[in-house]
Amino acid sequence: MTNSWTDIKNTDLVVIMGGNAAEAHPCGFKWVTEAKHNRGAKLIVIDPRFTRSASVADFYCPIRQGTDIAYLLGVINYCIQNDKVQWDYVKSYTNAGLLVDERFGYSDGLFTGYDEEKRDYDRTSWDYQMGADGFALIDDTLQNPRCVWNLLKQHVAVYTPEMVERICGTPKDKFLKVCEMIGECSSKTRTMTSMYALGWTQHSKGSQNIRAMAMLQLILGNIGVRGGGMNALRGHSNIQGLTDIGLMSNLIPGYLNIPTERETSLDVYMSTRGFKPLRPGQTSYWQNYKKFFVSFQKAMWGEAATAENNFAYDWLPKLDVPSYDILRAFELMHAGRMNGYFCQGFNALLSFPNRKKITAALSKLKFLVVMDPLQTETARFWENHGDFNDVNSASIQTEVFELPTSCFAEDEGSLTNSGRWLQWHWPGGTPPGDAKSDNWIMAQIYLRLKALYEKEGGPVADPILKLDWRYKDPGDPTAEELAKELNGYAVSDLADPSDPTKIVVARGKQVPGFAVLRDDGSTACGCWIYSGCFTEAGNQMARRSTNDPDDTGTFPTWAWSWPVNRRILYNRASADLEGKPWDESRKLMWWDGTKWTGYDVPDIAPNAQPGEVMPFIMNAEGTARLFSLRGLREGPFPAHYEPFEAPIANVLAPHIRGNPAARVFKDDAAQFGDAKDFPYAATSYRLTEHFHFWTKHAQINASLQPEFFVEISEELAKEKGIVRGGWVRVSSVRGSIRAKAVVTKRIRPLVCDGKTVHIVGIPLHWGFTGETKEGFGPNSLTPFVGDANIETPEYKAFLVNIEAISGPVA
Amino acid sequence: MNIQVSRRRFLQLAGAGAAATSIAAFGYGEAEAEVAAHVRNFKLAKSTETRNTCTYCSVACGIIMYSRGDLTKGEQANIFHIEGDAEHPTNRGTLCPKGAALLDMVHSKTRTLYPQVRKPGSDKFERISWDEALDRITRLMKDDRDKNIIERNAAGVTVNRWTTTGFLAASATTNETAWETYKVVRSTGIVAFDNQARV
Repeated sequence: MTNSWTDIKNTDLVVIMGGNAAEAHPCGFKWVTEAKHNRGAKLIVIDPRFTRSASVADFYCPIRQGTDIAYLLGVINYCIQNDKVQWDYVKSYTNAGLLVDERFGYSDGLFTGYDEEKRDYDRTSWDYQMGADGFALIDDTLQNPRCVWNLLKQHVAVYTPEMVERICGTPKDKFLKVCEMIGECSSKTRTMTSMYALGWTQHSKGSQNIRAMAMLQLILGNIGVRGGGMNALRGHSNIQGLTDIGLMSNLIPGYLNIPTERETSLDVYMSTRGFKPLRPGQTSYWQNYKKFFVSFQKAMWGEAATAENNFAYDWLPKLDVPSYDILRAFELMHAGRMNGYFCQGFNALLSFPNRKKITAALSKLKFLVVMDPLQTETARFWENHGDFNDVNSASIQTEVFELPTSCFAEDEGSLTNSGRWLQWHWPGGTPPGDAKSDNWIMAQIYLRLKALYEKEGGPVADPILKLDWRYKDPGDPTAEELAKELNGYAVSDLADPSDPTKIVVARGKQVPGFAVLRDDGSTACGCWIYSGCFTEAGNQMARRSTNDPDDTGTFPTWAWSWPVNRRILYNRASADLEGKPWDESRKLMWWDGTKWTGYDVPDIAPNAQPGEVMPFIMNAEGTARLFSLRGLREGPFPAHYEPFEAPIANVLAPHIRGNPAARVFKDDAAQFGDAKDFPYAATSYRLTEHFHFWTKHAQINASLQPEFFVEISEELAKEKGIVRGGWVRVSSVRGSIRAKAVVTKRIRPLVCDGKTVHIVGIPLHWGFTGETKEGFGPNSLTPFVGDANIETPEYKAFLVNIEAISGPVA
Repeated sequence: MNIQVSRRRFLQLAGAGAAATSIAAFGYGEAEAEVAAHVRNFKLAKSTETRNTCTYCSVACGIIMYSRGDLTKGEQANIFHIEGDAEHPTNRGTLCPKGAALLDMVHSKTRTLYPQVRKPGSDKFERISWDEALDRITRLMKDDRDKNIIERNAAGVTVNRWTTTGFLAASATTNETAWETYKVVRSTGIVAFDNQARV
């Protein structure tokens, strides 16, 4: 979230698209209710299903799953055609006026530089025109045909209301009503907020779904303001934290990157990370990259990371592929090229696509270690449960360990919520049986592995032997000790750069924030964006003051928010070029003549002159990007592509299947289904009574929703002879499941490109452990393909067939 | 810090009169209200209150856990009630159908209790000790790593890549566990490293 849950009360219009907050995030959704009740805000829900969010919406608009980009570019087209643009914002705070390389273009569904063989682009031309002074060229008048604004205008022109109806199945009058309501928010004194979740991410073009809305929000001037923003409603309690700390193949904490093998030295690695400003006088904050990187290396390897060994740069693994994400990992496992696997609180068997492939892959492992507070299906993938898990145990040679862990109620530490608040929590119960904390387990694994290397030696032992592990009890590091490392500390005395006789932070003291981090090895910091969370003033994440000056919803002293306790990102953009709030009644930050002040921590240098330094300080231009240069793999603008399994061909480029830049493994491509065999458009989702595969272990939730079902329309039920509560078999190329059918008015067929499209809804909470009845999940059916940029699997749009069957024998 | 909080403070701040009034608003007569307040006091006097956060979604609702026994005094503690934290800015005491049933998760019959191993080809788990489990796991790790880690690529560049063992981290663990996990996993050279952020 750019903003916070409590800030939603400040909005005028809530658009829920790609999510279902009323069911999946009920206590956060209350802030939508507050906004409606107290401000007269309106709620629009755009979804293939009439969800509970839709049931309390002012306007519900149907859409076929997987066509969000066509819809959103249609709204952008409407705003441009009808002058619903916050012009001052667009001209000053976005790259609308910057000129794009003459070679860049888009035709026939593809951008310049496509290589069909590699399913990738040569992105050279996706760039600005550069002047002799080293800065990007600009036309402030937006007249130049090569400026971003005119290229965007041209790019979205095809997405007319008629085209939106044809692709998305959204009736034109409903689409136009949504455009009208959204268009009103181009006013400087009206804001719209976007609330989205996995309904946008779980597509082969998930990143571009989100970008499309972000672009619309920029055009309306709604980023950085109270009641605005791009608000990702994240799923798990600390999914934000795990992402921030970079527990992913290609990340270093704080959104730094693991080097590739082409980056043969620290100098080469840094050579493409200069982040020279692209416009005069801009901040380009990533210029500090090396300080964050070196401080991370010091947090990892302490005294062993020295200037002489390039701060242990060689000890980091170097990637040969963009990432070893879960899809690649299971592809390798399936091919017999992975021997060991750890699942720390992650139920892979029910979570990853094409379950048949997942089972086969796990069966090829030599060992599998599962750490979990609950008995998961993954730990029992070898156990036969009839057709709910049809395996032959004797033929599976994997050695499986199930390690019992404590749960949240027995554990101490911080979780980062969707709104980037790091909230400390305390343990209140004793773990059952012999369950242990994850901290203890990870330390024990580390110490025993280290002991083996000390005793026996072995290749590349130094990164293990010299890992900085100075905890009071090395076998069980405390949450406080680890939090202090995340915050960072001075390795040696830090002298004031302007007066070397003064010590800013003494050796061994916690740093106050990332501004003091250095690239010479004198500071250590596990995760630079978390710096400030645990300072010499104590644990900021444990703060619990309910103080909220002027009821802005900011709550600046409740817990701590990254970065630097900032509650709304890009908040300098809440004021005009001179530093005056766009909306006095909803002011956030303003220029008081000498500095930036307001309710939040300014997202700009406190003394940065208004009119000179632009608000998007992480970007080298200083502005937000309507044209994203080479940032995303499938193009600098979003474009409509169908899901890999779609009921109709891509209307704009019929020869393109799916996202042309998405990675597809050979065997998986052979397992995509077509509409002639699998005519129905399926999607997956959560129910309000359940949380993934956890709550089926909780008695009350298991009683509330005890049994697996699928949802279909009355029209499809009639066509297929399916009765309410009757049994059905749902199948895709990759598998089949059986379920009871819920026949409902909440799902209606759509007409897309002249064809009736029926939708099948598949909730995801069942398996073969816990207190619910045994059941199936969507991952038995879904395709093994992910988003082109981050490989989030395409769970939200795929093809199935459905047939009535006789029920199981009681 | 902040262990003993909320309900008691809330009652102190609100004052007994206000508390009684709100109980009356729920349909209790005056006498019943007095009894309810009286009983409540007993319940609180014997329990430890601990602030925590709901373990499910990222709204991160504040909760208060009531237990018999106090971990901060080195005692065993058994949680018997969980409710929304009325002071929390986001949820203001409310919980959803998942959060309201958190106690059933804590005391689920299908929680894992002891380390277990399932041997190759077997159809059952067998209980083992932590020492046996951890020694065996680290043995398997080291054997695989020693055999398969790629120290240099074909061009002779140091790459320290261990591709034959992978690690999935958990997005319900704390940031502190995440950081510790990061350190351990990265130090080994594991590259198939991921978490729920992707799914």
